[in-house]
This record gives sequence, C-alpha cells and structure tokens, in this order.
Amino acid sequence: MMDRKIVISDPTLRDGNHAVRHSLRVDQIAAYCKAADSAGVAIVEVGHGNGLGASSLQLGESATPDHLALTTARANLTQSKLGIHVIPGFATIERDLKPALERGVDVVRVASHCTEADICERHISFSRSMGVEVWGCLMMSHMISPALLLEQARKMESYGAEGVVFMDSSGHYIPEDVRHRVEALVDGLSIAVGFHAHNNLGLAIANSMAAADAGATLLDGCARGFGAGAGNAQLEVLVAVLERLGYSTGIDLYKILDAADLAEQALMKEIPVIRSVSVVSGMAGVFSGFMKPVTRIAEEFKIDPRDVFFELGRRKIVAGQEDIILEVAKELAQRAAKGCQ
Amino acid sequence: MTQSNRKLKVAILGSGNIGTDLLIKALRSPYLECGAFIGRSLSSPGMVKALSLGVTVSAEGIDYIVKNPDCCDLVFDATSAKSHLEHAPIFKKLGKRAIDLTPAKIGLMSVPSVNLADSLVEDNVNMVTCGGQASIPVAYAIGQTQTDVEYIEVVSSIASRSAGPATRQNLDEYIKTTEDGLKEFSGAKRTKAILNLNPAEPCVDMQATIFAKVKKPDIAKLGGMLTGLVEKIRKYVPGYEIILGPIVENERIVVMVRVRGLGDYLPAYAGNLDIINCAAIAMAEEYAREAGHNPQDEKR
Repeated sequence: MMDRKIVISDPTLRDGNHAVRHSLRVDQIAAYCKAADSAGVAIVEVGHGNGLGASSLQLGESATPDHLALTTARANLTQSKLGIHVIPGFATIERDLKPALERGVDVVRVASHCTEADICERHISFSRSMGVEVWGCLMMSHMISPALLLEQARKMESYGAEGVVFMDSSGHYIPEDVRHRVEALVDGLSIAVGFHAHNNLGLAIANSMAAADAGATLLDGCARGFGAGAGNAQLEVLVAVLERLGYSTGIDLYKILDAADLAEQALMKEIPVIRSVSVVSGMAGVFSGFMKPVTRIAEEFKIDPRDVFFELGRRKIVAGQEDIILEVAKELAQRAAKGCQ
Repeated sequence: MTQSNRKLKVAILGSGNIGTDLLIKALRSPYLECGAFIGRSLSSPGMVKALSLGVTVSAEGIDYIVKNPDCCDLVFDATSAKSHLEHAPIFKKLGKRAIDLTPAKIGLMSVPSVNLADSLVEDNVNMVTCGGQASIPVAYAIGQTQTDVEYIEVVSSIASRSAGPATRQNLDEYIKTTEDGLKEFSGAKRTKAILNLNPAEPCVDMQATIFAKVKKPDIAKLGGMLTGLVEKIRKYVPGYEIILGPIVENERIVVMVRVRGLGDYLPAYAGNLDIINCAAIAMAEEYAREAGHNPQDEKR
C-alpha cells in the first residue's frame, strides 16, 4: 500500500460552475488557481460546467468566455497542469479546441455519454497530435455494465487516450459498483484509470476510496465539494483520507485546507449540501447538473421536482439534454390538471 | 419536347442507409423513377435491397453515370462531403442537376418549406443537415416575426442507433453547417448548434429544441406563422410536429419539435434521417413539376 501515488485532478473551477450557474469571474479563477497551484494539485480544470464551448441557452451562459478563463488560469498556474473538459457535439475542434490549446492547455479530457465513445475519436486524436496529455471521460457511467464500460473505454484507448476517467454523473453508485468497474477497466486496459465521484447519496469519498483501492490512479475532487447538484468528492477531505490510507498525492495538507477555505469565501454562494431533490436525482440516475433547471422549471409549472427527476430517469435522459426538462414538466403539469378535473 | 407522360429520371449515388431510404421514397413518388442505384459494393445491404426491388444497380460509383449519361436527369448524392466535392464538377459537365445530402455545401442551402422557389433555378442544392431541416423553418419564422434576433440556438437529440459511423465522425461538420444554415435563414447575429445522442431503448424519436434571444418576444405573431409553416412541412414530412411552444421561459423563446419518420427503410424513430430525405424528394418533385412532368400512376 505504501508509496502508491494518486494523481488529483481538481475541477472546482469547472464543475463548480454548475453550482453558480456558470458565473465564475476572472478574479475568482485567478485566486483559486493560485491557491491550488501552491498546494500542489496536479491538474486544475477550468471552464463552463459542461466544458469547452458549452456556454449556451440550453445549459446556461458563461459569465467568463472560455478564452478568458483559460488565459487567466494559465497566468496563475506554475506547477499545476491546466485542464479542460471537452464534449464533442458541444465543442468543435476548429471553433473551440484549437484556440484553447493555443492558450496553453496541458491536459484535455474528451468526454461523451458512456455508450458513445466513438464520437470522441477525432477530438482525442487531434489533441494527441498536438502533444498534450489526453484522457477520455465516460459520463453517466452507471447506465451500463462494467463489461460494456470496458468496451467503450477500449475505444478511447484505441483513439490515443492516455487514461480513461469514468464519471458517476448522477451520484448513483455505492462503493461496490465503483470497485467492479475499476477492476474491469484496470484489467482490460493498458492505460490509467480515473474516477469522478458525485455526492448525491453521501458516498463520494467512500466511492473514491473504493476506486483507489481497486487500482484507479487518478481521482477528481473539488474544494468543499463545489460541483453540480449535491457536489463532488470534497477535495480537502479526499486528500486527508488518502494520506491516512498511505497514498501520496503530492499535495500539502495545510495548503489545500487553505485553498478550500478560500474557495468557500471567494467562489460559493452556498456550500454544497445534499438537498432532498439531490437524493432523488441520485436515486433516479439523472445528471446532478439538472438540479438547478429542474428546481426552477418545476416551480414555474407548479409541479413536484421529485416527480420530474423520476420521469427524466425513466426516460433515460442523458447529460446535455436539459431542454427535455421543459417537455417533461409540461406533460406532468397537464397530467396533474387532468387529475384535478 | 413533352415530359407530361413520363417521370423524371433520377440516380441515387451512395448505397448506405440514406441512399437506400431515398430509393424507397423515390419509387413511391408519382413524379420520379429511379434510373440507377449506385454504390461501391454489390453485396452491401442497400444494394441487396435495391436488387430485390428490381432497380438497375451498379457498383462503379460515379463512373456509371459518366458511361451511361442517359440513366438520369438528376442525381441525389448521398456519399460524403469529400466525394461530393469530386462529383459536383462532373454533374455540371454532364448537365445533371444535383441534390447534395452531404455537408459539402457547394450549392444553395435548401429547405423546401422556406426557399423552394429560389432553389429551383440552381443546378446544385445542398440539403443542409437533418437538424437544420428540422429547425431552420422555426428559425426562419423567428427571423420573420421578431425584431433584433440576437441569438438562435438549436439542440437536437437523436437516437444513438440512428447515428451511423459517418455522422459520428462528422459532428464538427454537422455543427458548422447547421449553424451556417440557421444564420442564413434567420438573420440572427449569432447561432449555435448542439447535438446529443441518446442510447435509450426503445429508441427516442428525433427532437429539436429551438431557443432564441430577441429584444421583445412576440409569441402570438410567431405562433401564427408557425402554424402555416408546419402545415407546409407536414406535406412532405408527415411526422413533423411542434410539441412545445412557442413560449417564453427564462427570458428565452422556446419551440420544441419532434420528427417521426415514415419508417421506409430506416426505423420511424430515425426522424433525423427521414426529414432530410423527405426534403430531398420534395425538392426533386418540384423540379419534375417545373420541367412539365405530370404525376404518373403510382406503381409501388
């Protein structure tokens, strides 16, 4: 167990943007980058909650455009690598990826829904050809079995990914779900395996521990858990727990605790908590990032947001399909009106 | 020369899903007959289907049309953008009209419910993209009825199984072409296209959501124009419907459309593939009428 290394990738400034409707400003990005950099975080991810090129009416518009967020982060990172999240279908190579790489991105994580790895081929191979570090990300990974997840991860490996991160985008997993998937991936891939936890069921840290124990070598964590919905694995807790377990992360404990304090003060309107709708979102297996739009739309249509989540789950709606919330809300409201007559 | 008692002869280049579905639609048309169904391999599923329907087939690619110029007056090109760039000058030289179903975008972008008349004078028209065919009529209506259209965004969701390898490899081209089409037809200052693949089973129908930011939304005016447009679209895409809106929600105009396909060669959920084919057939039939062809007995 001793001497096992875990790479920490920190998407506070990307996933956290979900929690503040993509409103993070340049000064906030600069301040947190400095703090994470001095703590020794390996990778700092920056951008819109859904990644590069995702600022939209569908998902919410960014207060800070991609190029500005990246330039700011670059100027404030000395030892940490600068990372981005890229979803094909939202971000294109010409419009988004090339300009981002010109601004000094070190790590590109190309993400798709867990069954759609082949839409990542061009973005992965392009990024590799530009000489940056490239990971594949499989989102909403609870929706398929470990065997199918491996099949998709293998595709990413074949396109040139140097590692694959699977994401518990709905916060649906319990530790043994994570263990089975990490084992399948470690066994079947010759590249690194990473895990990104959400905290809807209060298990983000426990699930991350299970991932490390089963052989994952990269873990995502956000300061105070700052992320979509109920938040992610809480970075400073994760670092402390890994230290107790005997893993090395290269992160200075005091400094990451300071960074988390700073994040709480400078970035957050509220510290992520597991609200009742987030529990339902985790149970229903719906992307945690839906919490804010579901809450808003349910209020407008005077319906129970929990019903909306279960209906979205029944329809197997994936991350990025936020527009469907409106359709579901309209349908539920009509059903309710009929029931009253 | 009288055309009144014969159909317009068309060739279909490309024997994949799109080409094969087009074939079935062309055979049903009272205005069109298929002079040649052309691919690269006689054993492909599309070729086998065409053979079973008694259609003249060839695996020679465009060479077949060069050698047999009488096989058609019009070509549907359902190959790839790269191939269409090579094919287009040959069609021109041979005097064949071309309906381009690839994202090559050499010719005028054509959406039959919006610019059918303008398209008639062109010898090469481009059918934009599936998401473009579904959303551009709505974007056009927004452009016509609203003032100061600052931004239009279209989010399409399609069933994973309706997205073949070519679609998956060409998401960036899809986005670019759809954004260009939205801009051209709506006059919006900025446009954005997003594509989501949903793997749920049973497969989801194609849907597109159109968002717009305008100065002062006039929903009544937009709704009125959309009613007329949808009627026009449904003449060639019967499964097209507005399932939500127009409404204003969170300071955005929102309209949501669903497209169920005819289920000819492709399953009904693949409305994305159906709508671009229906649009291409509508275009070809209009050429036929323009050239003086009368509807003939429907044989198949």
